[in-house]
Amino acid sequence: MNPALQGLLTIVIGVGGCVAYFYFSNILLDKVLFPPRGPNAGRNINRANVIRPWLFLAPALIALGLYLAYPVFETLRLSLTQRVRGGGYEFVGLANYQQMLREPKFWEGFNNNLLWLIVVPAASTAFGLLAAQLTDRIKWGSIAKSLIFMPMAISFVGAAVIFKLIYDTRPAGQEQIGVLNAVWLGFDGGIGSFIWLRLVPALLLLALAAGAGALGWSLMKPVLGREGRSPGLIFGALRILGAALMALVVYLMLRQTIAVFVSDLPYGQPQTWLTIPFWNNFFLMIVLIWIQTGFAMVLLSAALRGIPEETVEAAIVDGANPWQIFFKIKMPQIVGTIVVVWTTITIIVLKVFDIVFAMTNGQWETQVLANYMYDKLFRANDWGVGSAGAMVIMLMVTPILIWNVYNARREMR
Amino acid sequence: MDNIAGKKSALTWAVNIAVVALVALWVFPTLGLLVSSFRTGDQIASSGWWRSMLPTEQNLTLRTAGGDEAELVDGLYTVSGNLFAHEGREPLNISAFGTSSRDVGAYTPGETVDMGDGEIITVGETGDYVYTSVEEMSGRGQRVFVTAKVAPEFTLENYDSMLFNPNNIEGMSKAFFNTLTVSIPATIIPILVAAFAAYALAWMDFPGRALLIAAIVGLLVVPLQLALIPLLKFHNEIGIGKGYLGVWLAHTGFGLPLAIYILRNYMVGLPRDIIENAKVDGATDFQIFTKIILPLSFPALASFAIFQFLWTWNDLLVAIVFLIDASGETTVMTKQIIELLGTRGGNWEILATAAFVSIAVPLVVFFAMQKYLVRGLLAGSVK
Repeated sequence: MNPALQGLLTIVIGVGGCVAYFYFSNILLDKVLFPPRGPNAGRNINRANVIRPWLFLAPALIALGLYLAYPVFETLRLSLTQRVRGGGYEFVGLANYQQMLREPKFWEGFNNNLLWLIVVPAASTAFGLLAAQLTDRIKWGSIAKSLIFMPMAISFVGAAVIFKLIYDTRPAGQEQIGVLNAVWLGFDGGIGSFIWLRLVPALLLLALAAGAGALGWSLMKPVLGREGRSPGLIFGALRILGAALMALVVYLMLRQTIAVFVSDLPYGQPQTWLTIPFWNNFFLMIVLIWIQTGFAMVLLSAALRGIPEETVEAAIVDGANPWQIFFKIKMPQIVGTIVVVWTTITIIVLKVFDIVFAMTNGQWETQVLANYMYDKLFRANDWGVGSAGAMVIMLMVTPILIWNVYNARREMR
Repeated sequence: MDNIAGKKSALTWAVNIAVVALVALWVFPTLGLLVSSFRTGDQIASSGWWRSMLPTEQNLTLRTAGGDEAELVDGLYTVSGNLFAHEGREPLNISAFGTSSRDVGAYTPGETVDMGDGEIITVGETGDYVYTSVEEMSGRGQRVFVTAKVAPEFTLENYDSMLFNPNNIEGMSKAFFNTLTVSIPATIIPILVAAFAAYALAWMDFPGRALLIAAIVGLLVVPLQLALIPLLKFHNEIGIGKGYLGVWLAHTGFGLPLAIYILRNYMVGLPRDIIENAKVDGATDFQIFTKIILPLSFPALASFAIFQFLWTWNDLLVAIVFLIDASGETTVMTKQIIELLGTRGGNWEILATAAFVSIAVPLVVFFAMQKYLVRGLLAGSVK
């Protein structure tokens, strides 16, 4: 049968089936099982009302259970088994996990994923906040917003093609058709190169280091007892952990700042950007940042506009400068939205597959967990190790899952 | 600070320039792909797309007339004419020419070149040439490489060959319809299922409701990577195998948590009075749902529909796992582009066109229904 016709038929059957199910199951309940008349009318109405919600929920619950809940447990089970020659499975305990942990490709994917987890949400949120803050002040802001938001509609694969064109490399001597190489060949090691390739990046890195330092300091303040009450044991430990992380970031940034000045740059040679180990990860991340910034901008812009005018006005009257207004008045009021944006992008990052699959397929040390898992499942056909890889992704998502559920429950009360 | 009178105008310029820069940075990549998809392969290879509006210096390979047109002049076989006229091209100004592919810009126009074996060629600035040989010439003309400035040229030919040429096995038309076939049922079916469930979760009282809502919030973030193998096994066991039915079911299942979440959040906000009045008037839950809730929830339904459509249209992973079999008959556009990236890595006119064909529909949907998309985003992010 023609797929289009099959599709049409499926729509009709699917939609018609749903409508028919809901309609007839309600009739069955009201007219046949528990009719609201006769001697038991009152009891019947109550009984019908107990059952009806489950009629409404049944198709959704079956689909959710089968397509999302059951696979989690089945994957867990598969990750503990191994295919036996001639069909069937045997229980092997944690052998799959052990095997996976011994593979360098897994650790490459794991470390890259951590890098992605730090860089992409941070950069997207920062750009989103910048875009939201700027576009809210100008007349053509809504047009600017929709243009920055546009990549959201583009598929990861389409975006991969777009950025492959940007990173394209032609041999030296030929005209470069990739923007990045064309710009790169414009640098010749003179004063312009010094400013743009050493001074500006160094200043950016220092600014990032300062930001991380400030964040770390503000995390440590309550622990050191400078703000009156000291936090509880768990939150104190979390704060110290966060501050330690920030200290690490500051250290790395400062080291990188020095490296920016002493590194030897190969001027005049076209670079194959996607094959430069370590840095190629960033060229892949840019694709996702480009896509996700619009999302961050939309949410943060709504949050910024939701801030009560009076709070800002009061701060101005009290003589606050723009920095103070932004960091002391506005930021605390949108921090909830920032967390939402951050966690949402974090989840997208953990699942990122298409971009790496399309651009490098994990070569040149750009592997990520989702692609590693795909490799194991469908290329190596090793379901045990592949499922173990999937469980690692699930494990990394779990803290966010718990946090979301906790918040949702708190909100409902 | 935007409220301090007098300071505003000083800042406005800076803000405007910053936004222009930001927007340019974000639009530039897509624009590059769009422009490239309208250029010929030669043009793309000879200059960056940002120079597509300027004439480009290109190397062309042309041929003199063949040996059968040669005349004997002074004991030499001679052909002459205009290089561009032979190819049916507009005449161009030649800045250099060559006779070997190793050095295509060896000589300046007007020079007389001895090619050895008694062959001599002269090429003028306008492409006029005289080519003589001691021996009889072969049937095909002598290759001449010329460097010339070519005016910018845009063409619809790429789209024509990628979409409307039935002989092009790399074409996108089949994949386009396959993608459409995947995404439309996969968008419509979950809406109805989710709407009923969302109504029950929003307006019906039953034990375990809070628990169910929490479970759905939890399922929102479960990575679909976990579902691949168990569901593929399940589909094989019940006999669906790889195919459209499997991919529709999978997209329905994966889309449901977001659908229920968005719709429930919206329905909870509907005024309680309307629903209670209807109940007092004797309406059943089914009637309330179809006559009141469903029409009122249109914005939320539209939001989710757009999300689901974009997601199913742009999806790669679910399609390659649940749909595309070895025959490749059911390939979708994202998969087709991946294949092209592998086989046609350097042919940007093909890649850019293929990618833009797949991007165009979501972009239209995006710009037409942006309002609902934003609303859905605001409602759908877990707060």
